Amino acid sequence: MGKVTRFLTRTRGRKRLTWSDGISYGYLIFGVIIMFGPVIWLVFSSFKTPGEIAKFPPRFLPYKQETMMVSGYDEPLPLYKINFEDGSSRTLAQVRRIGLESQLVDPANPEEIIKVNIKQREPVERVNFGLDNFKEGIESFDFGLYLWNSVVVTLVATILTLLINSMAAFALSKYKFRGRQFIFIVMISTLMVPLSVVLVPVFLVITNVGWNNNLLGIIVPAAATPTGVFLLRQYMLTIPDELIDAARIDGASEWRIYSQVIIPLAKPALAVLTIFSVMWRWNDFLWPLVVLSRSEYFTLQVGLASFQGELNVQWNLILAMTVLTLLPITVVFGFLQKYITTGIATTGMK
Amino acid sequence: MKVTKLIVLIVTIALLFTACTPAPTEVPAPTDMPAPTEAMPEPTAVPAATEVPAPTEVAMEPVEIRFTYYADGVEADVMKPLIDKFMAENPDITVVLDVVPYKTIDEQLPVQVETGEGPDLARITNFGAYKGKLLDLRPYMADAAYYEANFPKPILEALTYGGYPDALTITGPYVNKTLFDQAGIEIPGEGTTWQEWTDITKQVADATGSQYAISIDRTGHRFAGPAMSMGATLTDAEGNFTVDTPGFRAFAEEVKGWHDNSLTPVEVWLSAEPVNSCIGPFKSGQLVMCMSGSWQINGLVKDVGDAFDWIVVPNPTGDGGSTGIAGGSAVVVFADTKYPEAAARLVEFLIQAENYSEFSAGTLSLPAQKTVASEGVAFKSDNPFVLDALKAYTAEVAKLTDQATGLNVHPYAFAYYRNSANRIAQYLSGELTLDDMLVNLQKDIDAAIAEAKK
Amino acid sequence: MVNSEMVRVKKSIGQFFGTIYDGFVSLLDLIFGTIQKIIGVKGMPYIFVLPNLLIFGIFILFPMLLNFVYAFTGGSAFFPGERPWVGTDNFGRLLACENYLVPNSCTEDLFWRAVGNTFSYVFFQVGLMVIFSLITALILNRKIKARGFFRAVFFYPVLLSPIVVALIWKWILQENGLFNGILISLGFDRIPFLVNAQWAQFWVVMISIWAFMGFYTLILLAGLQSIPADLYEAASIDGANPWQSFVTITMPLLTPVMAVVLVLSLIRAVQVFDIVFAFTGGGPGTATLYLVQYIYNYGFSSPNKQFGLAAAASLLMAAVLVVLTIIQLVVRKEEN
Repeated sequence: MGKVTRFLTRTRGRKRLTWSDGISYGYLIFGVIIMFGPVIWLVFSSFKTPGEIAKFPPRFLPYKQETMMVSGYDEPLPLYKINFEDGSSRTLAQVRRIGLESQLVDPANPEEIIKVNIKQREPVERVNFGLDNFKEGIESFDFGLYLWNSVVVTLVATILTLLINSMAAFALSKYKFRGRQFIFIVMISTLMVPLSVVLVPVFLVITNVGWNNNLLGIIVPAAATPTGVFLLRQYMLTIPDELIDAARIDGASEWRIYSQVIIPLAKPALAVLTIFSVMWRWNDFLWPLVVLSRSEYFTLQVGLASFQGELNVQWNLILAMTVLTLLPITVVFGFLQKYITTGIATTGMK
Repeated sequence: MKVTKLIVLIVTIALLFTACTPAPTEVPAPTDMPAPTEAMPEPTAVPAATEVPAPTEVAMEPVEIRFTYYADGVEADVMKPLIDKFMAENPDITVVLDVVPYKTIDEQLPVQVETGEGPDLARITNFGAYKGKLLDLRPYMADAAYYEANFPKPILEALTYGGYPDALTITGPYVNKTLFDQAGIEIPGEGTTWQEWTDITKQVADATGSQYAISIDRTGHRFAGPAMSMGATLTDAEGNFTVDTPGFRAFAEEVKGWHDNSLTPVEVWLSAEPVNSCIGPFKSGQLVMCMSGSWQINGLVKDVGDAFDWIVVPNPTGDGGSTGIAGGSAVVVFADTKYPEAAARLVEFLIQAENYSEFSAGTLSLPAQKTVASEGVAFKSDNPFVLDALKAYTAEVAKLTDQATGLNVHPYAFAYYRNSANRIAQYLSGELTLDDMLVNLQKDIDAAIAEAKK
Repeated sequence: MVNSEMVRVKKSIGQFFGTIYDGFVSLLDLIFGTIQKIIGVKGMPYIFVLPNLLIFGIFILFPMLLNFVYAFTGGSAFFPGERPWVGTDNFGRLLACENYLVPNSCTEDLFWRAVGNTFSYVFFQVGLMVIFSLITALILNRKIKARGFFRAVFFYPVLLSPIVVALIWKWILQENGLFNGILISLGFDRIPFLVNAQWAQFWVVMISIWAFMGFYTLILLAGLQSIPADLYEAASIDGANPWQSFVTITMPLLTPVMAVVLVLSLIRAVQVFDIVFAFTGGGPGTATLYLVQYIYNYGFSSPNKQFGLAAAASLLMAAVLVVLTIIQLVVRKEEN
């Protein structure tokens, strides 16, 4: 027992936990609850039936009412625990409810109808992680197609982004040419204008290019992200020019220098851009919504929004499908988190 | 060395291409699909594409028309079999139903249509928004007289004969009957005023311990009915909007009172939902009365189950009558369509009594088609609440005032709807006084209309 | 055993992608090599920058310039050619005001409300987020077990889409949400988190901190880790307590990183839109209506299609942002 405690309270370098270690771990555990708790709440809610979703006070776990087949009835009947006035209680199956009166039968004796006030009944429930919402959600829209579109957009856009951004960053960081400063400043000044502000002219341009309802319309425009160019350029500035000169003396073409010298050295920055690009494309909503109106090109995020009608919102499906869209990015992050977090730390401050 | 590299290169390229593009023999893509450039993977090739009926040999020269659709509930599920039936009868036409978020209909569709990028057909709610952009269907129809005879003229005129109303909606209040029963209070009938309803629902809420008494959806559309019933004249003969009228003020103050006295779920008006409706709290049994409309019936059946009894009561009465507001959605054909005959044929198919009634029955919506309405719809429900509610709403249709019928076909109705919801919310949150709210609302509507007329 | 197997698999995956990359590079080398032969080394930077510049110019820069056309024209027409010229009317409407501190006295009262809200949001959000990120970074910089895990936990929300962030928190904070459920079961009254103006503003700030702070924490953590440990050792030998070494060593050495974090979060805060749009929709009333949403409402939202007004507002905003960006560049330059 003592050994375990010592092991748990051991800190690197020091013998005992100090009060400040206590506060630190307290803070971090609190952090874990704050950062993860809400997501877990969402996940649990996604298993709930529409009725359960609307229930207040909400319950953490998804419950479902027990039902039972009773002879003489075609449909399974919901079970209730009935508290009688004399203090006794029984579990009965409800046949129907009329006004304030509930008509029930004892499953063991289905002939006799028992009538009680609905205040006396309590539904018999159990925790149920049923997949009904997920099934209905996937069936009611073309999940496979939208998933495919999302994957295609994310992958192609990310590869394109990495390629053209790194080429531009290479030129802007490793060559002195006329217009370099100008190009850089123009890019930087647009860095900060949010898309939602130029939605109308962007739509006009896309329309004129003819990329409405075309996956190219969401892949290409966002590929030339100034953020990516900026990030990569800052990183490439730290790569010593001597390497390039040496390669040139060896007779390497400029393309070879870019691809065989600069790119391998810029890997950490490229990793960061990769995760950001994946994240941006996967989560992108506004742009696809503007560009796409034909369902065969919908991405998951747009498809998800289709559950919102003018007058009605299908919450149970939205929650379930949201959880599904969270899955891939969470899994990718789970596997790559070490590279991502260290990568951002090393490039972000450059 | 060089040879190996070359091989690697070829293999890589081959891999890349086979990975991205499906073998052309597998699924023949519909011929007149807009072909993306070759570099693009063909998205229709995934298994799910079976939903999109590939043109078969029957189709000599397949015409594909696109139908942009939104759904509040089961509409798309009811529409799909109808469209399949149409395609079976018309093998030369392929109809693709694009179910989009309502946001797309509301925000993107007008711009798409203006830029000539719109679909062939769409289901819309803003009847006046596409003046000059809709196709006059009559010349393309086999029996245009049937079409004209079967729909209310003002609606067809608002749609410039470019479509038909696929469902009629009407606003009216839902009441939780079980709570009334538990409180031992009689549900008041026709002729009750909003003030009286406020008092009664408060008594019921107090007696039963329910959280809220009364509420109304957050939209100028639902708000207009009670305001008109209280005597507001929203539009004059020329169609100009005037919001500062005693009736409008009176109902605004009534709703403000609900908020100040904690009678109402404040999130409906003061928080963001994609749709701010009181039907959520109503469904969970916490609200005694919810002023919403006929389109909620489907959801109520599904979500309430037998948790409590609910009924539709007549719209409350005031100096201006007892009116709801008509509304609904319409299926329209855009003038830019390349296949006007095909689109008109689809519309003509959908407005036939048999098919129209199928849609109304499946979606539990009130028919706007006169033959269907007079014959009665065999609604697909054996739930007594549903049939009662549909009957109650049908009775409300007869009580609509001219003003209430005219609002939804008003060309600038949407300028009033959205702005009024936002401005009234500012008043309810205490940000604006009633006077300031009315002044600002009038300013917003005038500015929106002036800009639209430029 | 299993581990070496894993390493082998990893290696062969790496090799696989390596070969693909090599093949791809060799293919492009043929093209770029030929170009280089024609235009020479001096021309190559233009070739490298061209694809990015082309896409950037067409899809980012050009639309921004088009915004000028919209800003000086009126009407609801979409094509610039069909829009009547109105001169500076749109700017006039935005700027007409009796007293800028009383939004209701302005012609475009909503614009000025949005401006005011944006200012207070930026102030609190940036301030609080920097404080939280710094505390978290300081704690993570201690000798902590499972540092990688905690670092990842704080970063996770950064990956979520704004819509999801809003959905999650609305689910918790709404009147019948989790928080109020807990309050009720503890015997307290409900708190109107989303419908009380101050609460809504508070939560908008808090959830944006929740969603973004992981990113800034990482940057600050890297900054902390680059401070040489012997400085602290020397200080402790001199008898400095932890607080003193924080003030005399950590603070000054962290200033450049801090400046970057400040400017980045500032620019991002000015652009606040999608989270709030999905979370409160700008409400209650207009308590959380911020500039970008104001522009969006007039730009793409249907009943108020007043592109001119939206474009004018966006130009005013862009001007502010460009100034901020220039400040950032200056800061970075000084840092170097």
